Amino acid sequence: MSTDTTDRSTATAAPRKQRRTTEGTVLTVRDLNVTFPSEAGPVKAVRGLNFDLAAGETMAIVGESGSGKSVSSYAMMGLLPQNARITGSVKLHGDEILNLDDARMSRIRGRELAIIFQDPLSALTPVYSIGDQIVEAIRTHDKSVPKAKAMNRAVELLDLVGIPNPQVRVRSFPHEFSGGMRQRAMIAMAIANDPDVIIADEPTTALDVTIQAQVLEVLKTAQRETGAAMIMITHDLGVVAGIADRVTVMYAGRPVEQGSVDEIFYAPRMPYTIGLLGAVPRLDASEKQPLASLEGNPPSVVNLPPGCPFAPRCPMHQPDCLTAEPPLVPTDRPAHTAACIYSDTIATRELGYADIFPVPDLRPSSLEQAPRESRPTVLELQDLHRHYPLMKGAIFRRRVGTVYAVDGIDLEIRKGETLGLVGESGCGKSTTLLEVLQLKPPTEGNVVVLGKDVREIRSGAERRELRRDLQVVFQDPMASLDPRLPVFDIIAEPMTVQKMDKQAVEKRVRELMALVGLEPSHADRYPQHFSGGQRQRIGIARALALEPKLLVLDEPVSALDVSIQAGVINLLDELKTRLGLSYLFVAHDLSVVRHIADRVAVMYLGKLVEVGDVDRVFDHPTHPYTQALLSAIPLPDPEKERSRQRILLTGDLPSPANPPSGCKFRTRCPKFQTLSESQQQLCIDTPPDLFDLGVPDHRSACHYNAELQVI
Amino acid sequence: MSEQLIGEQVVAAELSGETDNPTPEEQRSGKRLNRRQLIVRRFLRNKTAVVGLVVFLLLALLAIVGPYVTPWGWDQIDDSSFLSPPSASHWLGTTQEGRDVLALTIKGLSKSMLVGVLVALLSTSMAALVGSVAAYFGMIVEKTLLWIIDLLLVIPSFLIIAVISTGGPQGAYSWLLLVLLLAAFGWMLTARVVRSLTLALKDLDYVQAARFMSVPAPTIIVRHILPNISSLLVVDATLNVGGAILGETGLSYFGFGIQPPDTSLGTLIADGQSSATVFPWIFLSPAILLVIIVLSVNAIGDGLRDALDPNSGASGRAM
Repeated sequence: MSTDTTDRSTATAAPRKQRRTTEGTVLTVRDLNVTFPSEAGPVKAVRGLNFDLAAGETMAIVGESGSGKSVSSYAMMGLLPQNARITGSVKLHGDEILNLDDARMSRIRGRELAIIFQDPLSALTPVYSIGDQIVEAIRTHDKSVPKAKAMNRAVELLDLVGIPNPQVRVRSFPHEFSGGMRQRAMIAMAIANDPDVIIADEPTTALDVTIQAQVLEVLKTAQRETGAAMIMITHDLGVVAGIADRVTVMYAGRPVEQGSVDEIFYAPRMPYTIGLLGAVPRLDASEKQPLASLEGNPPSVVNLPPGCPFAPRCPMHQPDCLTAEPPLVPTDRPAHTAACIYSDTIATRELGYADIFPVPDLRPSSLEQAPRESRPTVLELQDLHRHYPLMKGAIFRRRVGTVYAVDGIDLEIRKGETLGLVGESGCGKSTTLLEVLQLKPPTEGNVVVLGKDVREIRSGAERRELRRDLQVVFQDPMASLDPRLPVFDIIAEPMTVQKMDKQAVEKRVRELMALVGLEPSHADRYPQHFSGGQRQRIGIARALALEPKLLVLDEPVSALDVSIQAGVINLLDELKTRLGLSYLFVAHDLSVVRHIADRVAVMYLGKLVEVGDVDRVFDHPTHPYTQALLSAIPLPDPEKERSRQRILLTGDLPSPANPPSGCKFRTRCPKFQTLSESQQQLCIDTPPDLFDLGVPDHRSACHYNAELQVI
Repeated sequence: MSEQLIGEQVVAAELSGETDNPTPEEQRSGKRLNRRQLIVRRFLRNKTAVVGLVVFLLLALLAIVGPYVTPWGWDQIDDSSFLSPPSASHWLGTTQEGRDVLALTIKGLSKSMLVGVLVALLSTSMAALVGSVAAYFGMIVEKTLLWIIDLLLVIPSFLIIAVISTGGPQGAYSWLLLVLLLAAFGWMLTARVVRSLTLALKDLDYVQAARFMSVPAPTIIVRHILPNISSLLVVDATLNVGGAILGETGLSYFGFGIQPPDTSLGTLIADGQSSATVFPWIFLSPAILLVIIVLSVNAIGDGLRDALDPNSGASGRAM
């Protein structure tokens, strides 16, 4: 980084805030409780949170949605609505800051406590330039800083968070920044006043993995520069392993386990934590292990029954779990506390997730045992292109360019096989999927579904017939089910379209609901009465209604919580084996792909860069992009995270309307930098084909491909 | 009678909500009623809306049973009293020709309400159909329909209705023509709103899913799109009743709407206004009724909007 502490302090010549605590505890939270009123009764969102945070330390708060992790940080910041009742104590440098009035809180917020929000788009004001917003953040707390000086400081801050060309970019508006750049700008604003505590609320959830890796690096730099303590709120255990010193696991508004990151990851003592860790698919797991499935859903925090809130989902639970809520008590290690009356048993018997949680028994289907070549092809993409015209002008619309959304890809899926299609957002994977689903001729090339060429489909009836065998499961379980239809009608819809007999439909719907693990008697409920995971199961049931041969899965688990996600992945695995399905699985989460896919295709800017057997590609990636992608994924393993070397990609995905010549990846390629000029010329001039690597089923589109171990 | 439609629906919802929980199992499965119950509860919390609903129902009742209980028929002429002020035999007085003002007002009320409700139903259905079809099909269909909408918006509808309704066929059912005309010029703005809502809906995954299942387009519109904008449509229809009654009254006042011997509130007000200062009873009762109807309908509409709106945004579980 070009800026160091000395020239930063000269930039802010105005009297700097005196740091009152340079070491020791900065923030002390004791018995924090937050209650919201609601029609159903008081919602106890946070119940008794305690922790101490030392300067320079990073504490992660992990938990599923609704576990109270964000609410507790908002309570500390004084950002909750008036109707919330907050009790307990939050002390910053020993001074009570809870329930201070807004004016006094405003002096603390941004100056001593800073927050980084999840969605960088809505956290920045669209009508002011980035520079103005940082200047505002500085001058709100110190009016004596002249505008020009504050602007200089803004430039330095942008430079610190790694925004290229900060002198120019400081005058840009938020919409001119990409998501990752906006998040960097947010971080710059947060550290503008040298805060003592930074609260990062899921700062990378909305970003792609490659960008996430960049932003996490920036966060670490920012923390190092300011010496601030950080509270990292996240649900991603990989991120926790990489960045946190200590971890607090929350469940139903209560901390259920606290300890150092190593203790939590290697010696968890609370069944919930154990289940959570077991439910994460591992990028580094070569042989396929089934995931721990935590049955059921987190309880509603209105009218909690007495006893351990996790007991209904805990396979270890005994009658005495239901008598009283277990307090956080020290375990076999001093600084490690867990809220489970059986934590000693877990410790002495060294129980892992496979011992506690039921794991499905994965049997390879008879299909998978047959050699791949002998199985029939269910989907074939031949040199698929989809270009969109870029139009301009209101009255005389003229074509000013072309968006090369998909630019020539070849793929095939055999029966009983799962192909994972991965890449950053904007790489064209969704377009590919739409091309398959629409069953209409693409711009160029061809789509062959079950031996039927889509260019030869003439009538709607023919298309309808083919759609029996091709179904889709969408990403967002909230949006993919019509809120006005009962579940029965939703699942029955594809069968009604195919004009199936009423009685048969009735029977089939009950069958399907049982198949995906839903209670068939719930068929006349509406989607809003189901949780996210259950809704996704409804979506899967609907897709399976006509016994399709190929299922297109568009990020089916990315909107779900970890524990729920594991259940859906296990279900998909099981269905594939039982029904002999083939999946086209589109995802950006490579760990999930590694877990579920047999083959993987990596896409970049509308082209495939590497295709092959999933273990082969993940263990021996040869394309620099695949390597970068894999190395960007955080592993839920603190040891490995500490020793890993990340390949950080610079910048963002180029626009698909104006792709670079030759190899499309060369503008961000780390390998390209290391090549000699004559070698680079090849990358600039010739677009690489998918080269055979001499190993069966592994091809890569790089002129200088070379294996690199990155996991 | 059709003016009771909206009231009836709400009442029906209330009733079924109360009666339909025999067993716990059924109660759990019958969540739809719970949603309705919720809307009813939220509606009932709004006192103005409840008063509006009660007033509207009372007026409808008056329009239906009134003719049977008033001592005079609306076309009956009392030779013994011309232009007499309210008295024991003519509670609201008589007109110049000796007709009973109370009977006339009730007759006018029923006609005006009938026109209002019919116009509202017609124009809202038209708006829903055109708006959703335009947005769903897009391309040339959308362009054409939008062009028609814009055209109808710039045409001076008042003059066209005036010309056609006076020049058109006369008779006992000529008011139906007026209903059609009022509806034909009243749907465009709502159609535009429906179109923009449909544009947002048609990209949602469940509509896409239906498409990928080869569900035919008309089915998608009726089954997936219109129910999801129904709260807008209900509110719009309610508010349209008030608008249509005012439109009809305005036309009739100028002699273009309801033609004598048929009568409506507008015709009555027109008859009475020339002598409003001298014989105020002819003018006052229809005018006051008109204000009350429109106020009550608007109160119902506002109440419905408040009851439905947060719900339509949160048909999922979002708070």
